[in-house]
Amino acid sequence: MNDVLTIDSAIVDAIVAHARRDHPDEACGVVAGPIGSDLPARLIPMDNAARSMTFYEFDSMEQLRVWREMDDNDEEPVVIYHSHTATEAYPSRTDISFAGEPGAHYLLVSTRESDSEEIRSFRIVDGVVTEEEINIVDATVDA
Amino acid sequence: MAIEVRIPTILRSYTGGAKIVEGAGDSLSALIDDLDAKHNGLKGRLITPEGGLHRFVNIYVNDEDVRFLGALDAKLSDGDSITILPAVAGGALGFAAAAALLGRHPSNRLATASNSTEG
Repeated sequence: MNDVLTIDSAIVDAIVAHARRDHPDEACGVVAGPIGSDLPARLIPMDNAARSMTFYEFDSMEQLRVWREMDDNDEEPVVIYHSHTATEAYPSRTDISFAGEPGAHYLLVSTRESDSEEIRSFRIVDGVVTEEEINIVDATVDA
Repeated sequence: MAIEVRIPTILRSYTGGAKIVEGAGDSLSALIDDLDAKHNGLKGRLITPEGGLHRFVNIYVNDEDVRFLGALDAKLSDGDSITILPAVAGGALGFAAAAALLGRHPSNRLATASNSTEG
């Protein structure tokens, strides 16, 4: 398992924009990528069904639709992201308890500072949190 | 009588790595008992010790969340397709408070479903 998340700067910018847009509520979403590639390629912002400043939850029907779409495209959830809007970008006990995708990078964005973001990435497997580096790249996008 | 069940990555340790398994039963609760007989321990990941559906998973019958269909009492027929997904949730809130919040969600969802004329 890699101990680094490599991700396109355009996707990171879009995740931060989503988090800023929904602030002070928590924002959440997925970045899908080809199965086995470990490359986040397709950003899918999700509704926070809880619409809460301290909690997020995917809408179960939206999740079913998105997970089927990934299945059809031979994709998997490479990144699962959410924001903390008043605390640091570190997994809470709630985050750890719910973490159900052992193959995913859990990306957290803190929007508690209005002029800067804290962005950190973790693996969460069997209740164990391991922080990893984030390698932000400027991908050459084919037209 | 066969019902296809799609198993998420996190539960495939119970199914020998299989992504899709078959089971039988005329209700979700009967199906889960049948699956647990073949894949020992699976039931404990889907149902709480108190006997309710676990909040960490979403279970769907065809295209519908079972919370809209009577949860464990949901009726099943031959040819139905069941999908199990890990619920994606979390946040800065303390776990006890989050659990209490989620505990209210099934009734909220049912209320939403029964208010919807399109069903």
